Amino acid sequence: MKTLITVILCLLLSSLGFAQDENKETKKDTTKLEEVLVLSRRKLSNHRQEKTLSSIDDYLEKSNKVTMIKRGNYAWEPTINNMTSERLVVTIDGMQIFGACTDKMDPITSYVDVSNLEKVTIGSGQEGTENGHSIGGGIDLKLPSSKFNGSGFKSGLDLGYETNGNYKATGLDLEYTGNKFFISADGIYRKSDNYDAGGNEEILYSQFEKYNISLKTGYKFSETQSIDANVIYDKATDVGYPALPMDVSLAEALIASLTHYYKPEDKALKSLETKLYFNTITHIMDDTKRPVVAIRMDMPGWSDTYGFYSKAELMKNKHHFTLNLNGFYNKSLAEMTMFSNNPDEPDMFMYTWPDIRTLYSGIFIKDDFHFSAYETLASSIRLGYHNNKIAKEVGVQSLQILYDTVDDQNNRFLVSLASTYQLKKENYNLSVGLGYGERAPSVSEGYGFFLFNSFDNYDYIGNPNLKDEKALEANFSFKQKFNDFEIGLESSYFHIMDYIIGEIATDVSSMTIGANGVRVYTALDHASIFNTYVNSSYKLSERFAINGTVGYNYGKGNDGENLPLIKPFSYFAEFNYNTPKFNAALQLDGNGNQSNYSSQYGENETADYAILNLNLGNVFHNKLGKIVLKYGVENILDTKYSTYADWNNFPRQGRNFYVNLSFVFP
Amino acid sequence: MKLKYLLPIAFIALFFSCSTDDDDNTTIFNEVEGLELIQTIVNGNETIELYNEKGMFETGYNMISLRIKDNTTDSYIEDATLSWMPMMQMPTMEHSSPKSSISKALGKDTVYEGFIIYQMTNTDGSGWSLTLNYNIDGTDYSVTETISVMQYENQNTATFMGSDGTNYILALIEPKDPSIAINEMKVGLFKMENMMTFPVVEDYTIALDPRMPGMGNHTSPNNTNLTYNNADNFYYGDLSLTMTGYWKLNLKLMNANDDVLKGEDVTDENEASSLYLELEF
Repeated sequence: MKTLITVILCLLLSSLGFAQDENKETKKDTTKLEEVLVLSRRKLSNHRQEKTLSSIDDYLEKSNKVTMIKRGNYAWEPTINNMTSERLVVTIDGMQIFGACTDKMDPITSYVDVSNLEKVTIGSGQEGTENGHSIGGGIDLKLPSSKFNGSGFKSGLDLGYETNGNYKATGLDLEYTGNKFFISADGIYRKSDNYDAGGNEEILYSQFEKYNISLKTGYKFSETQSIDANVIYDKATDVGYPALPMDVSLAEALIASLTHYYKPEDKALKSLETKLYFNTITHIMDDTKRPVVAIRMDMPGWSDTYGFYSKAELMKNKHHFTLNLNGFYNKSLAEMTMFSNNPDEPDMFMYTWPDIRTLYSGIFIKDDFHFSAYETLASSIRLGYHNNKIAKEVGVQSLQILYDTVDDQNNRFLVSLASTYQLKKENYNLSVGLGYGERAPSVSEGYGFFLFNSFDNYDYIGNPNLKDEKALEANFSFKQKFNDFEIGLESSYFHIMDYIIGEIATDVSSMTIGANGVRVYTALDHASIFNTYVNSSYKLSERFAINGTVGYNYGKGNDGENLPLIKPFSYFAEFNYNTPKFNAALQLDGNGNQSNYSSQYGENETADYAILNLNLGNVFHNKLGKIVLKYGVENILDTKYSTYADWNNFPRQGRNFYVNLSFVFP
Repeated sequence: MKLKYLLPIAFIALFFSCSTDDDDNTTIFNEVEGLELIQTIVNGNETIELYNEKGMFETGYNMISLRIKDNTTDSYIEDATLSWMPMMQMPTMEHSSPKSSISKALGKDTVYEGFIIYQMTNTDGSGWSLTLNYNIDGTDYSVTETISVMQYENQNTATFMGSDGTNYILALIEPKDPSIAINEMKVGLFKMENMMTFPVVEDYTIALDPRMPGMGNHTSPNNTNLTYNNADNFYYGDLSLTMTGYWKLNLKLMNANDDVLKGEDVTDENEASSLYLELEF
């Protein structure tokens, strides 16, 4: 949970290269932050990132609690605490945005790029509810803050190339900052051919091409008030999904916002930030590039969201209050057209998301009570009203085929509560937290109609009569420092009631040709998810450091069956060498054998693996500016492997040489 | 929340109140509104007009509306009694088809209606004739005219011999306008007593298994078997359609003792029943 202090500190300390944070996570790379700092060139000097042109997906994956589910080489789906999109709230600078793909091929992290962002805030469990209700946690992708520091014109250029997949990336960044006005523009272009798995095996349909441009401008009315406008346009074409039967010919997003800032001085109210926003997504899934399919089909989807939030920070005595009033209206529509192999028969059509409207409004209040110099009690509550409506009559009627009662509207009242005690001493940190949260079913869970899941090979049908999913959560973290050695433990436990999952409906015939059958969303009485990580680091010398992490995860339903997509035993180790102008890191990353897999949900035992990466970086200064060079080898041993999070076990990249070159002109 | 609904309702109310005004000004009450003329048959002083929704006869179930015009007064006759006899001329014999009696359409003064189920036709639409017998003010009249019956694109009628040796005719009546929903399915079942007589078959059961052959023989859940309704002498059941497209409605006809007279279960080995109707939307 990021407080204003953190935000300010982030800004102030950005020149130093890292943000101080109270928190507990150890990233896989050298930063020890819960916040994954998605760089910007301003923060490049710290060598924090292995590649300056990494995708957001790569960055997110550095966090312990985040794992990316991969259906291809692009648009990975983040999970937190072994929970996927529907149990998370993922926002862009507080803006709600929902993917338009019924098969989760477009997590919203795929619609922004690193060039758009300043940092990513990850909140685990009920600590992630500032922007919405979740069970697993929240990810907020923060746009750069406005600045009026008169620094003038700046520009930057990034070039990247990777051998595996002939991957090219280019980024350009222009910025003018005055005292009352700023404007900045950036663009990024990425293109990759099919990559090779270990052993030079080409993975067909793993190509992608995308570009992203954004424009941001702001004006400062007075010492206390300013306004900014931000537009992001992101377009991906020709995206292959090797693990799925279909590809994407277009994934397009327009994300726009207007924000007003009020920062009074010497008052209890520290800041008031109000944003109006809208975004629109078009996602077109097709199979035109696949030579052999059972039947040709088109599956377009659209998602439009309109919303606002108003966020206030107040400081009073030892209390620090955060208030956030927000609301949004989303329209999700997806359809499927199948072209019959028999030319005499007409095309087949259905709505897979029958124009579902979601109206949400809620309030979030958080109090950080610093009741002693070392101790903080952070408590938060979110209350929300959630309404779903099926706008198309045919949507109601099609669900009535399966359910006796289908109301075209569904109202829910949602509650989230969290409380965390934190103790911070010079040599150790301790935090204990409890939480309770509720969430509404996602559009697919509530209203999806014959959505094919290639993971377990079932068609899924939504259930409009699902109860809210509820979770009780306990978390604990501890960190102790002994001179140059540091060790930490972090752990979360979730007891989830009415855990939404698909259950086989034997009397319903699958729609997808070759599917095993149909699952209808229903709820387990309860399920348990547990994770624990031990992180340690040792500073051998001023320049040499070692750090390592081992993790264990567990997930079971009340029926004793394993839940799907639970990470097996994992480990990570890294040797670092750092000087101001050069850095090197050798990484070992691996998972144990996935023995507690969920065969019920299409998983099989994924074998253990380990890969080695070598990352190097140099910084050069000259009269014109600064040049940052990042290079290295990923998967040095060309291991052929896949992880539990790889859809249908399709193999990951084999050996890959990369080089990123960044020019920064002040 | 309230205001959100109030405005649209206000607009809709406004809109409809306007459009009603227009109607009042222009409407000349037309009892065959929405129907298309199929054919007129002139018989002396009377002209008989035949209507249905499409303006043509097609194989299968045809709901037909009739009017009799007095050619001298140019007015429609309101108190006639009518009956009819469709006839198919084959090379070696002739036969009729299932039909209803003709009665005055509900709530109308000049329109009579009934149905005919044409179980077959020649490819050019030829072969059929229609005899109309009617009585006006105690006088009987009769006229026979050639009609053309076009082949409907899908199999909406099945003519078959049951295992009991009887010839049956089964015709799809509803859904006329299917949607992705549970549709009410309505069929008529008749047996061929002789070439001219086709009485309704009562109290049988028709098992229903809709399939999409184009989608790996996908079926839909929660269909029900069709059962006889003695109020209108048709068979009714629930037909679930999960998507638009071509559906094969596999059927199995069982008599009152549950003996299967025609049709088989659809299984992995048996793709379709020998008794089926077709639907496209």
